[in-house]
Amino acid sequence: MEDNYVLEISGVNKTFGGLKALSDINLKVKQGTTHAIIGPNGAGKSTLLNTCIAKLVPDSGSIMFAGQDLTDGMTPHGINQLGVSRVFQTPEIFPELSLLNNVMIPALAKRDGAFKFDLFKWLRNENQLQDEAMHYLDDLGLADSSDIRAGSLSRGDKRRLEMAMCLIQHPKLLLLDEPTAGMARHDTNRTIELLKKIKEGGMTKIIIEHDMHVVFSLADHISVLAQGAIIAEGKPDDIKGHPKVREAYLGTAEL
Amino acid sequence: MDSVNPSSKYKDTLSLIIFIVVVLTAPLWGKFIGAGYPDLLQKFAIFGLFAIGYNILFGLTGYLSFGHAVFLGIGSYTAAWSFKLLTMNPVPAVIFAVLLSGIFAAAIGYVSLKRTGIYFAILTLAFAQMGYNLAYSVLTPITNGETGLRVLRDDPRVLDNALGVQIDGSPVGNFFGIEMTGYSGYYFCAIMLILGFYLAMRVFRSPFGMKLIAIKSNQTRMEYTGYNPRPYLLAAFVISGMYAGLAGALMVIVDPLAGAERMQWTASGEVVLMTILGGVGTLIGPLIGAVVIKYFENIFSAINESGLHATFSFLPEWLENIAVTIVSPFVGDGWHMTLGVLFMIVIIFMPGGIMEAIRRLTAWVKRMRG
Ligand SMILES: Nc1ncnc2c1ncn2[C@@H]1O[C@H](COP(=O)(O)OP(=O)(O)O)[C@@H](O)[C@H]1O
Ligand SMILES: [Mg+2]
Repeated sequence: MEDNYVLEISGVNKTFGGLKALSDINLKVKQGTTHAIIGPNGAGKSTLLNTCIAKLVPDSGSIMFAGQDLTDGMTPHGINQLGVSRVFQTPEIFPELSLLNNVMIPALAKRDGAFKFDLFKWLRNENQLQDEAMHYLDDLGLADSSDIRAGSLSRGDKRRLEMAMCLIQHPKLLLLDEPTAGMARHDTNRTIELLKKIKEGGMTKIIIEHDMHVVFSLADHISVLAQGAIIAEGKPDDIKGHPKVREAYLGTAEL
Repeated sequence: MDSVNPSSKYKDTLSLIIFIVVVLTAPLWGKFIGAGYPDLLQKFAIFGLFAIGYNILFGLTGYLSFGHAVFLGIGSYTAAWSFKLLTMNPVPAVIFAVLLSGIFAAAIGYVSLKRTGIYFAILTLAFAQMGYNLAYSVLTPITNGETGLRVLRDDPRVLDNALGVQIDGSPVGNFFGIEMTGYSGYYFCAIMLILGFYLAMRVFRSPFGMKLIAIKSNQTRMEYTGYNPRPYLLAAFVISGMYAGLAGALMVIVDPLAGAERMQWTASGEVVLMTILGGVGTLIGPLIGAVVIKYFENIFSAINESGLHATFSFLPEWLENIAVTIVSPFVGDGWHMTLGVLFMIVIIFMPGGIMEAIRRLTAWVKRMRG
């Protein structure tokens, strides 16, 4: 049976000056699965996601998504409109706007496309959009502060807000770069629950995560990245026992 | 909180009504603050429009243009030519001025928006200085160079002639029989100001306006959220250019003369000051900034040395002379010194401008009341 891959990364290389940040990365993500990328700091995990959203152009290789090569002259907004949303390692939100507006903006992008001259519409008449945004804020436990400035949130809350901003777009592929970093245990668990719930909806995800509890609760498949190369991949159980992985990343920690 | 808030319909309608009443009764209340004459009120409305439009670019997107006076000039020349070739009726003058400045804004904006930050500012400044220099040199047949473009009695005015409209004396704007001088000139400007204010309110309360603020807040996030910021920025640039063109046209409508000095960088800088002084990114702030600056310009620039001597005559003569020496650089032609000092004070102590001062004051009063 032919497997249905949402994303196919083939032969991707990237160097920064003399530093080989990614070397010959090959990675396939199956429809509806959660694919975790783990590895020590500086391994190139964020760089890999950057090449997927045209934040960086790889030196060689291709990244196929929805029949298009994302590395071939695509714009960041074009890639988003294809159905790829990303939660960044450092939260990227709109600090001056209210939480509600922060979540409405991505929803508008999904509904109206990359540009719409909607100057003669009243924002206050967008009731459906507001309800939807409130729904997502509620899912992430932020509904009570919907009208405060996003810039005043804690780092963990900013991250949850960013998650709501991505989820409201119903992306085909969701890229999560350390989504629970800076969160309290309680909120981390909540995030895991949320991500599990989305999984039932069939959304495909790539998640970079240091917290092994999160990784093993969510991942269907794991790739281990070290010094720009994939040193192991497989099902969570394979990775747990993999000697190279223990050595390179997991150390002697009990799993 | 920032300017885009889920303001209620009721609140917006109320502010609009208050705005209209205040603008239309200006000749009455203007008297009490020494602004009860049409020339000054016209300036309030014209520069208010300029600043309200400028704020749609600078206030919402954060892109600082240092060349918006070029559109003021384009609007003025277009209106003057409409007066010369077609009719003294201000309506076609306004329409052509807005359209033409919009076209130029699209071209200048298209190029300038290839850069951001300081480089964007410098590009706009370069375009404006180019316009200013062209008006003085190769474009003299259109602009009449240093003398300025005048509307003359024996200009063709084909529409007026075809309709048999007679011009006696020196030509002035004429709105279906109402001469655009004095208070009727002000009321024409006032109606344009009300329309301009209403449009700005629509922008502020629209999804479009929210997206402009989002670009100012985090352009990277906008791009990775599926937006192409460029057309949004260009639209904001063109809209603000059209406001400037309208303001330039109104200058000619109330006083049929267009000169290139209108495009000088100081004029571009002045609208930045007005916007910041009043409150960047607020709906009404830029208009307040424009009114305050024009009001004080009117007072300070009228003071001369002998006036100062009279003011300080209660002092012993040697002290009087010292006082006059200190104050005189700040008045008359030196009014810009005062403006500079005022501006520094605002930037340092109240970066949100007058609107922030009002906000803080009301918050304080509320707290005092318990
Ligand atoms: N834009 C860049 N320019 C130069 N070096 C970079 C850039 N982005 C990442 N790097 C380097 O590439 C390596 C991988 O970084 P990154 O992908 O952020 O690692 P991580 O796996 O922790 O996310 C690091 O050594 C980092 O310093
Ligand atoms: Mg990283």
